[in-house]
Amino acid sequence: MPVSVPKGTTILEAAKQAGVLIPHYCYHPGLPIAGVCRMCLVEVEKQPKLQISCATTVAEGQVVNVFSDQAKKARQGVLEFLLINHPLDCPICDQAGECELQDYVFQEGQARTRYADYAKRFNPVEDFGPDILYVPNRCILCTRCVRFMEHAAHDDVLNVSERGDRAVIGIHPDKKLDHTWAGNVVDLCPVGSLLSKDFLHRARAWELDKTASVCPGCSQGCNVNLDTRNNVVVRLRPRANLEVNRYFMCDYGRGQYRWMNHGDRIEAPLLGGKDLTAVDWDHALDRAVQLVKGISGPAVTLVSPGASNEALYLARQVLGNARLQAAFRVHREAGEWSLAGVPDLALRAERAPNVAGALALGYREEFEAAIQTAADAGLLLVLDDALDGVAPEALQTPNIIYLGTRLPEIARRARVVLPIANVAEEDGTFVNRDRRVQRYFQAKAAPGMARPAWWVLGEILRGLGRGDTLSSAEEAFDLLAQSEPAFGGLSYAGLGVRGAVLGSRQPAGQPA
Amino acid sequence: MTMHDTKPYEPVFTPERRAGLEELLKRYPTKRAALLPALWMVQEARGWISDTAMTEVAEVLGLTPAYVKGVVTFYTMYHLHPVGKNFVQVCTTTPCNICGAENVVKALLQHTGCGELGATSPDGKWTVIEVECLGACGFATPIMVNDDFIESVTPEKVLEIVRKYS
Amino acid sequence: MGFPHKPHPKETVVLSQYFGDADARSYAGWVQRGGYEALKKSLAMTPVAVQDIVKASGLRGRGGAGFPTGLKWSFMPKERTRTHYLCCNADESEPGTFKDREIMRWTPHALIEGCAIAQHAIQAEICYIYIRGEFTEPLRIMEKAIAEAYQNGVLGANAMGSGKRIDQFIHRGAGAYICGEETALMNSIEGKRGNPRIRPPFPAAAGVFGLPTTINNVETLAAVPHIINRGADWYKSLYLSNPKSTGTKLISVSGHVQRPGNYEITMGFPLKDLIYDLCGGVKPGRTLKACIPGGSSVPILNKEESESCILDYEGTVAKGTMLGSGGAIVFDDTTDMVYQVMRLAKFYAHESCAQCTQCREGTAWTVRILQRILAGEGTIQDLDLLLDLADQMTGKTICVLSDSCAAPVVTGIKKFRGEFEAYIKGARKPVMATV
Repeated sequence: MPVSVPKGTTILEAAKQAGVLIPHYCYHPGLPIAGVCRMCLVEVEKQPKLQISCATTVAEGQVVNVFSDQAKKARQGVLEFLLINHPLDCPICDQAGECELQDYVFQEGQARTRYADYAKRFNPVEDFGPDILYVPNRCILCTRCVRFMEHAAHDDVLNVSERGDRAVIGIHPDKKLDHTWAGNVVDLCPVGSLLSKDFLHRARAWELDKTASVCPGCSQGCNVNLDTRNNVVVRLRPRANLEVNRYFMCDYGRGQYRWMNHGDRIEAPLLGGKDLTAVDWDHALDRAVQLVKGISGPAVTLVSPGASNEALYLARQVLGNARLQAAFRVHREAGEWSLAGVPDLALRAERAPNVAGALALGYREEFEAAIQTAADAGLLLVLDDALDGVAPEALQTPNIIYLGTRLPEIARRARVVLPIANVAEEDGTFVNRDRRVQRYFQAKAAPGMARPAWWVLGEILRGLGRGDTLSSAEEAFDLLAQSEPAFGGLSYAGLGVRGAVLGSRQPAGQPA
Repeated sequence: MTMHDTKPYEPVFTPERRAGLEELLKRYPTKRAALLPALWMVQEARGWISDTAMTEVAEVLGLTPAYVKGVVTFYTMYHLHPVGKNFVQVCTTTPCNICGAENVVKALLQHTGCGELGATSPDGKWTVIEVECLGACGFATPIMVNDDFIESVTPEKVLEIVRKYS
Repeated sequence: MGFPHKPHPKETVVLSQYFGDADARSYAGWVQRGGYEALKKSLAMTPVAVQDIVKASGLRGRGGAGFPTGLKWSFMPKERTRTHYLCCNADESEPGTFKDREIMRWTPHALIEGCAIAQHAIQAEICYIYIRGEFTEPLRIMEKAIAEAYQNGVLGANAMGSGKRIDQFIHRGAGAYICGEETALMNSIEGKRGNPRIRPPFPAAAGVFGLPTTINNVETLAAVPHIINRGADWYKSLYLSNPKSTGTKLISVSGHVQRPGNYEITMGFPLKDLIYDLCGGVKPGRTLKACIPGGSSVPILNKEESESCILDYEGTVAKGTMLGSGGAIVFDDTTDMVYQVMRLAKFYAHESCAQCTQCREGTAWTVRILQRILAGEGTIQDLDLLLDLADQMTGKTICVLSDSCAAPVVTGIKKFRGEFEAYIKGARKPVMATV
């Protein structure tokens, strides 16, 4: 099948474009080429020897045969060699089901081994770092992990030790594998040799549903997959996006799944009074609408920079007619933890995913001032800020409408509490620090009666006679894109799974 | 495998050795290139290369301890453990093998009291190992006692050699 | 000279003329013997003119591959816009080969002079002489000779008064056969594990430290001063069989011969004469069984093949083997070929750098099968398995170490199958082979 690619493209990448995945282990598009596993051998016309497709660039008119008998036999040979010392402990291996050794043996391997009667190589499991175990018996020495630490992390914590079939991945006792981006070696490992302690024996790969999302940990906006099982997020893994995070994500981001599953959620709309009373949505929304209608004096909207663009936009519309102070705050750490070998990739100081979205939608980072205003305001609309650190006396006066995932003590004085979905439970978009608008998808059901904030706010607007029911994040976003100049030209569908930068107009409806 | 020095650790790179290393560094465009020579300096000073020494070398050359360890374990002449005062390497590769090298090994193990390959004799004086080709195949069997290269060793000559170094 | 023996009349003594002559080791002694005249002559020529002489001489790499030396030099960039390097491969580790050791032990200045001429020819200010760690004596001698060469102005900022800088540094290996592979050698100089590199890029484009580099074997470089002194035509005329293989070659002979040692022959010399005349044949009462003519990596020859083999690049290929580095290992009829094939495989399993799957796993697996056969537990299918593994290990890896492991296995089984079958059928007493 003919394929046309830019000069300098490798045979392996060209084949991908032709829809052929040449089996490989050491090759990874995010790492320098090693050419050591010899798995990607293919037959190239006029070459006497088989060539490794990962390191051989294409030539004009070149004919490559991936599936010739010679090439297949060579790859079968590599698989057999890899398997002679591999323990085949797949039933207790975390990688089972997403193991490239399993996959390629399934595709191209032999049904039996000729390695009879010999003991397999044995080395004990090693503790490489806070979250990483090394199981040397499963290791196929592809060296992806070593190359990641050397060339991407610029922290050569791992090595290849020894020679010949005694070789293993090694570490020095004085320096653990504790780099902020260390977890990527687990993703990169094509077999179950490098394991996350956090995920150890937690789930079988085939039980997991994968949902495209955006890491909520900081303003970098790394593309991730939420892996869920039975409505529980069990891990976050990077999803490739060459514009944002390439193939990687940091360990802080990986830990973000925990709070997505917390059980202490608001599960029903609540009305304030002497005590909070659970009610249905109609009653709660009606109360909220009345509060907005009866507004007198200034109004304040306090939002979380972890909320979606859709919710942030609609929250402004709700109090749009009043004298409004729209504010947010963001938690900032003292430094950034970059992945040194990859430009513009770091765990950012701003630990929220949508700071740029909040700014673009007219919110200001003036939380303290907004609290002061709120002390004398007629109405305070809170969108998922936990109000921690706010003195209860400061919020004596205003009527409070509280949209949140959890109910902090201070929010108990709200007139109406509306339960919303978290990032794992809704569709929406964030804008990362480089002004890229990116979609995230719903991975699990929201608890109880909780609904996406964009739906809740849309319903309040409908009650105010300023809109119709919103049935999807797409509707909410497209509304936003029509009225907010910064988002001009963008459409929800057009964002695709890679996103689009604010101000970069693109034809609506075209996948990016 | 982790082997630490007995504490406290005395740095290998004293000002004098440091000066020697600086001279070596002038030969290369990178600091990394001086790694093999630096490791030889450590082994010369200590007889072996401990994990702590690897960390010291790493600091001196701007490398990581793990990197240094990966290199040390590649080259078989660097000792990862203390060895006897006399470290004996016997070539047993094919050309020597067919000329009786295995009998030289047996004689060495017997006369040094090492008992087995790689073990250190009870008096701490001897360690005997087999090595691959020493590059003196026409002078079978060559052995090395520390840095001394001895050619044409036969089982009969072993006792004399052991006496000389004891 | 058939060092350590007296020269045989059938030898052509060029490189080995001063083997055993300790006075030739010193700078003064070397100059007395006509040393450094060739360097002086070369420095007066353009680099390209030196390349052309070496090209015309027909000199080919003596380390194993037999690549034309002058042509290799001509691959270096013509304009010196970046640092160029010469690496002298003195990591002589191929079992059966011990010629470079003698060159360095007896005529260190010949090597220094050869390196300096090559440096001029490829415009390399710096030469690293990579000496294997076990060569403690050659190391000391070379260090002393280089110091003398600096003292006498041969090396340094103004080499031989030419106004050109020529530096030579010794880099000591530390125990790794594979560092004799040129890209592994470069990695080792850079302070890395001695892993061979994938090519391209080739060393002349991006070699040591990523800069243009040429790597030549000790014997190759030591031959260069002679070519400069006596002319390309003289060197070209030194052949007995095929004009594509010219000059003299040091052959290291080891194993079951009466007089093992280094012999310098003219290219095209019969292996038979080497074994029987120069080396005195096998011991009385024994007969020749086999010979590995080019160092342990090349295919084994049986008696008939050995006795009809011509020692040059083409003659060895005609017999299905290679001249390699010129290390002839001779086996007499007392040899257990199964055991020796295992012993060779074990060498390669020990020395595999661990990068390529086929080599890392295949060499070790091959040893296990051979040990099982030796222990009397093998099957006839094991021989097919060995051959199939050898096929998987040939032509599929970064370097040829695994091919080198496969070669003696394949030729051992092909030519001495009866011995393998004897173990398998219980006709031979099992050997516990876990040395």
